[in-house]
Amino acid sequence: MKQQVEYQTSWWSRAPRSPYFVYLLISPLFLILFAYVVYPFYSTFLQSFSGDDTLANYRKFFSLESTANLEALWNSVYISIISVICCAVVGVTMAFLLERYEFPGRRLLSVLVLVPMALPPLVGVLSFTFLYGESGIFPRFFQQLFALEEVPFSLKGIWGVVVVHTFTMYTYFYLTASAAIKGLDPSLEEAATSLGAGRIRVWRKVILPMLTPSIVASSLLVFMVSMASYTAPLMFGVERTMTMQIYLARTNGNLDMAATQSTILSIVSILFLLIMRWYQNRRNYQNLSKGVSVHRSEVTSKPLKTISIFLSFVGTLILILPILVLILISFSKDGAWTIQILPTDYTLDHYKALFTDERTWRPIWNSIQMGAVATVGNILFGVAAAYAMVRLSFKGKSLLDTLIMIPWALPGTVVAVNLIAAFSTESPFAFNQVLIGTFWILPLAYFVRHLPLVFRSTSASLLQLDQSIEEASRSLGAGWWYTFKRIVLPLTLSGIIAGTLLALVQSIGEFVASILLYSTTTIPLSVAIFQKLYAFKFGTACAYGVLQILLILLVLLISEKLSKGSAGSAI
Amino acid sequence: MKSVHIENVTKKFGDVLGVSELNLEVKPGEFFTFLGPSGCGKTTTLRMIAGFYYPTTGKVYFDGQDVTTLQPNKRNIGMVFQNYALFPHMTVDENIAFGLQVRKLPKAEIRQKVDRIRGLVHLAQYGSRKINELSGGQQQRVALARALVIEPDILLLDEPLSNLDAKLREETRVEIKRIQSELGVTTIYVTHDQTEAMSMSDRIMVMESGLVKQIGTPQEIYHRPNNRFVATFIGETNMLEMKVTSIKEEVITVEHANGLVLHGLSGGKADGVAPQVGGTIYVSIRPEAFEAGPGDNTIKGTIEFVEFTGLSVNYLIRVNGTSLKAMIINGGSDIKAIGDDIELHIPSRNLYFLAE
Repeated sequence: MKQQVEYQTSWWSRAPRSPYFVYLLISPLFLILFAYVVYPFYSTFLQSFSGDDTLANYRKFFSLESTANLEALWNSVYISIISVICCAVVGVTMAFLLERYEFPGRRLLSVLVLVPMALPPLVGVLSFTFLYGESGIFPRFFQQLFALEEVPFSLKGIWGVVVVHTFTMYTYFYLTASAAIKGLDPSLEEAATSLGAGRIRVWRKVILPMLTPSIVASSLLVFMVSMASYTAPLMFGVERTMTMQIYLARTNGNLDMAATQSTILSIVSILFLLIMRWYQNRRNYQNLSKGVSVHRSEVTSKPLKTISIFLSFVGTLILILPILVLILISFSKDGAWTIQILPTDYTLDHYKALFTDERTWRPIWNSIQMGAVATVGNILFGVAAAYAMVRLSFKGKSLLDTLIMIPWALPGTVVAVNLIAAFSTESPFAFNQVLIGTFWILPLAYFVRHLPLVFRSTSASLLQLDQSIEEASRSLGAGWWYTFKRIVLPLTLSGIIAGTLLALVQSIGEFVASILLYSTTTIPLSVAIFQKLYAFKFGTACAYGVLQILLILLVLLISEKLSKGSAGSAI
Repeated sequence: MKSVHIENVTKKFGDVLGVSELNLEVKPGEFFTFLGPSGCGKTTTLRMIAGFYYPTTGKVYFDGQDVTTLQPNKRNIGMVFQNYALFPHMTVDENIAFGLQVRKLPKAEIRQKVDRIRGLVHLAQYGSRKINELSGGQQQRVALARALVIEPDILLLDEPLSNLDAKLREETRVEIKRIQSELGVTTIYVTHDQTEAMSMSDRIMVMESGLVKQIGTPQEIYHRPNNRFVATFIGETNMLEMKVTSIKEEVITVEHANGLVLHGLSGGKADGVAPQVGGTIYVSIRPEAFEAGPGDNTIKGTIEFVEFTGLSVNYLIRVNGTSLKAMIINGGSDIKAIGDDIELHIPSRNLYFLAE
């Protein structure tokens, strides 16, 4: 099999050898990021300066006469700080209890502890209002039990937001802390003890310092997500938060103010993203020693055992109730549940209607279509960007990485405002079309918001793929494309699929940007839930919610299978 | 079977010099080894031949044709990687057939070639095995089969034995040499292991810090090293810095600062070494150059350390404050202990003179 070595001197064969060729390859990536991340951001930024004079909007924002905006900023920061503290306490405690102690109910609890991850934000808040809100099941139960005039307690206002944040975000702390605890070599503690350190000293000098990196990283993350939180303030009627102010300014048509608020919120978010990345690069995570045997202390004394059984029962209940209540209400007849503790009449109609009634099926189909379009974009961009990041060497790598992460750090509300600023007029990046009000704006928003998902999971599996495997293929005569098709793609497919499913399911459930951008012809699923809620069609809203949860569980299950049990973190 | 010619090749990584001004000619069918410590540029050179790196300056020729910037997939080379780089999602046969499928051979022909090469590397029964079901040695042979089945013009082996345990390494070494001579393919072998290099190669290139230190047959490299680096890197030696006291016809007399005087022959010097009376010179004495009892260059000293290997007795001898390594073939006679006096001699022909 003689191979003829040819000497091509055409431009095509010489170009790939040029050191500048790589920039030709990565230019589309930067173009996309510029068009749909930087340019919209810049448009908002410009708009924030368009007023009576350049700084008018900022003066209004920081003015001491009408303090609504400053109050909102303070509230957002306040809620975020309290959320971080609550999440840290709950998350780290749970991690310690579940990793270090053996008690009845531990196994069940350690599975259920991740349930909040399966709750889409809107659906989670929804079930919390059904359970603990002013007309919720628990407050009414106690009201009737003690025959009170009014409900004895209910979740509302800022504390309602904090409780929901704690429930949905403590998992960030739990995941990183339990990973850190698992990696904590027990012999370190034993060494400290053998050197004469007491229990408290071991904690202070050995365990806490080892956990610090994970706690700091999670704190930054929770702070960022809390600042961006929109659904909980909306449902608990806390209007004075940044995201709500943006939403209100936008719905009142005060676009310049919305732009100003967005810019300020963006700066805070991006700042936090940069701090987080700096911190993660600086901190060398705990060295995992091999064959760590996690020793769980068994709870033995009788009273402690009883207490632990009770507590794990309560914990299990708290974790599982939001889903149970959704399922329960999804079977209840719309309009029949008024002042009773639990719904009275039940029906299967809502589920039948989901797939048979054109009006209830429509939003599902819309979301599937728009999510699919966005996800196809995410796959193409994510895989290409991951390959460029891992395999090519060029200047501007960290810029590319940061640009991809920024849309993820930006609140959905801000992403929406940015897209409005950029695409409510004809734009060359939208082929000289106005995108606002069309089908395409939501897929674009989903694409931008979920930019890092496929990218991250793909680059993680690419990093595991030894470069010499690609070289082996090349040495056997395979060209770049053949190698990619037969070697790289099959070996990274699980990572690509995991990221793709996550992006798809998140797009289908996306609410925060959708509520600002949707057009009445293509109402997405989440907005439909919101509308059903306000039309008191709780049954249908919950049936939608249950459908979403099933979808998420399915995706989690598949991803778990694909990654063979290695838990990925959201960071 | 092609020749490889490297002409004035320099490779820089940013400011770091990988290989400097390298010239090399590998003959068709030759088994040629790049030997050197890690970071010496041997793998860099191999990767330039493979096409994974392009030289910063200089040219690479296969059979006189310039391939300097030809892409690796157009060079018709076979390469075995240090970690084997087998495709983990394919079976043994799929791995071996990969290069043939790239070349779009008919299915029947691929089948036949794969079967034949699998027999050659003694893996006849393993065709449908998954890669992770094979032992390290078997994986190594799959990698070799995969590289050979495409009938490459040049076979490149990058430290192929370094991941195997000692016994398997020796077996595989013999096996690679057998297959190579059976197929007669031009082979370039990279290693830091001098035993591998010495036992397998037709010729060896010794490298250090991106520079070629010597190119020659194993015997030349061992017996006639060009410089001190090669003399100490290949095998063991006692390297003494001495002063030339007299040159009489064939006999060169040298003296150590500690008073030790030795006589060598002028034939025992590296090319280009011109000893001058009063000048400094390096003397390399291999441990096996020592012989028991008195004679030429009699050495009297105290034993500092003894090691019995069965085949030989290795002594560390203190002579006038300098330690010398000596190896005496085990003749069944008494073995001396630490602290004993010993008398040995070094035949003059066993002294080797070096300049630098």
